[in-house]
Amino acid sequence: MDNPRAAGARRAALIGAACALALLAPALAAAAGADYLIGVGTRALILALAGLGLNLALGYGGMVSFGHAAFFGAGAYTVAILGFHATLGEPLLTWPFEIAGTESAFLAWPAAMAAAGALALVIGAISLRTSGLYFIMITLAFAQMLFFFFVSLEAYGGGDGLGLWARSSLPPLDLHDPWQFYYTVLGLLALFAVLKGRLVASRFGLALQGIRDNERRMRALGFPTVRYKLAAFAISGAVTGLAGALIANHAEFVSPALLSWQRSGEILVIVILGGMGTVAGPIVGAIAFVATEEALSQWSEHWRIVFGPLLVLAVLFARQGLWGLIAARERIHD
Amino acid sequence: MTEPLLRIAGLCKSYGAVIASDHVSLNIRAGEVHAVIGPNGAGKTTLVGQLTGEIAPESGTVRFNGREITRWPVHARARLGMARSFQVTSIFPRLSALDNVALAVQAGAGHGFGIWRPARAEATLRAPARAALERVGLAGRAAGPAGALAHGEQRQLELAMALAMGPRLLLLDEPMAGMGPTDSQRMIALLAALKGEVAMLLVEHDMDAVFALADRVSVMVYGKVIATGTAAAVRADPAVRRAYLGEDEAA
Repeated sequence: MDNPRAAGARRAALIGAACALALLAPALAAAAGADYLIGVGTRALILALAGLGLNLALGYGGMVSFGHAAFFGAGAYTVAILGFHATLGEPLLTWPFEIAGTESAFLAWPAAMAAAGALALVIGAISLRTSGLYFIMITLAFAQMLFFFFVSLEAYGGGDGLGLWARSSLPPLDLHDPWQFYYTVLGLLALFAVLKGRLVASRFGLALQGIRDNERRMRALGFPTVRYKLAAFAISGAVTGLAGALIANHAEFVSPALLSWQRSGEILVIVILGGMGTVAGPIVGAIAFVATEEALSQWSEHWRIVFGPLLVLAVLFARQGLWGLIAARERIHD
Repeated sequence: MTEPLLRIAGLCKSYGAVIASDHVSLNIRAGEVHAVIGPNGAGKTTLVGQLTGEIAPESGTVRFNGREITRWPVHARARLGMARSFQVTSIFPRLSALDNVALAVQAGAGHGFGIWRPARAEATLRAPARAALERVGLAGRAAGPAGALAHGEQRQLELAMALAMGPRLLLLDEPMAGMGPTDSQRMIALLAALKGEVAMLLVEHDMDAVFALADRVSVMVYGKVIATGTAAAVRADPAVRRAYLGEDEAA
């Protein structure tokens, strides 16, 4: 067993090194003459944020959601649809009140979080009547419903998807600049990692972990457990929705593929690969996922043949996830 | 005060052809230790389940602290002052012993999701939790993971968690289950020290514990309460001797 203090110091050193690397990454990529890697890195950070959101439900709340792509897609479509109406100059809604389109990140991104969070609240309120395998299936079913909803939504491109005229405006920044967009995403990821760190150590966070470990006991102690799980699920959906808003900006395109079950699986894999129930886990998972995908796809177009077994090995040999492997187990607090 | 703390009237529950509760009526007075004994399958655990809210009775009423709570959910009853320990030890093995008890304190500390302040640094949670651990003799084991405690210690931890909820009534479902004689004696002493402070419904097979602790004893057989009274009165009851104690003493 590791000495907890030494493990804590090692973790702090690792996080420091990772932050330094993340800050320097665009410069390193540019120096290596591989500017496209900035975009790859941005995508990894966005997926990390999506995983960070899912982890709140999965790792801390014990809710295995196979439908988080719904929130990812809802966030992305919110940005795309608001942008679409801003370009057309037509309001999105005229009754009962008028909602105009917007390209402002200050409006569109919170709107994306609100939309995804509200959706998670509704899906969660129904799905949390079940548990275990049924919960997995019902969240998957809801995501599939939403997938087909967007496929048939012809006004916004249907199955062909919808291009963005421009990335969101976030003055004084210009998000069309890859460097500025990268640092914006990095800043948001860091912000939400800190917020999540606070949340999971708070009363709410400890109660949530208690529910994950022994829900019956928590009820007997007097906790309204479903209410706690629903709140966690909604926050989880909102954070993944913000990641969706960012991916829409990144690709400057949205399509129902963002809501596909494969996408839900990808976010799940990122969290499980990196380490459930840790703040750093999904970030490590997303970077490992995107890096491996990138490296293998340059080597062969059949890269998934190698990628699949690699994932299986990673999960078999790193039960605590990659983060657990490199940073030792979570310390038990006094 | 004439109204008892807990009033159970005419509870019925059956599983197919098996009648687990057959018009069960019981009263528990404030501060009283009331033991429920009976052979295996007499319906004791089903009774506890109906009191905590995990099992819905088919008919009958449960009144606690002057309110009818027959259809209340589990957590609401707990908040009203009904704390239980489980027959099979039920704790949070990955969390420290102190965390386990602090969660119980938090449950009783009122509404509001704290989402910002670190809960492990909150003195209003930690201090009462430490006091409860001390009370059951686990002060020295506060820091380690609860899953690493010995079986007897885990039972003590369960009791600390129940106490930390600040209950009016403890529902103790076989608190001595699986304990050796030394641990049993310690648990009996702990419960004896709590007598008068909090009412207890004690479901137990260990007759030494029952006769040492209980003010009154109810005997259940096949889902029916066949006798209620002081330990001595119940011991002398011919129906009880026939149904239950006779076999036990002969063994």
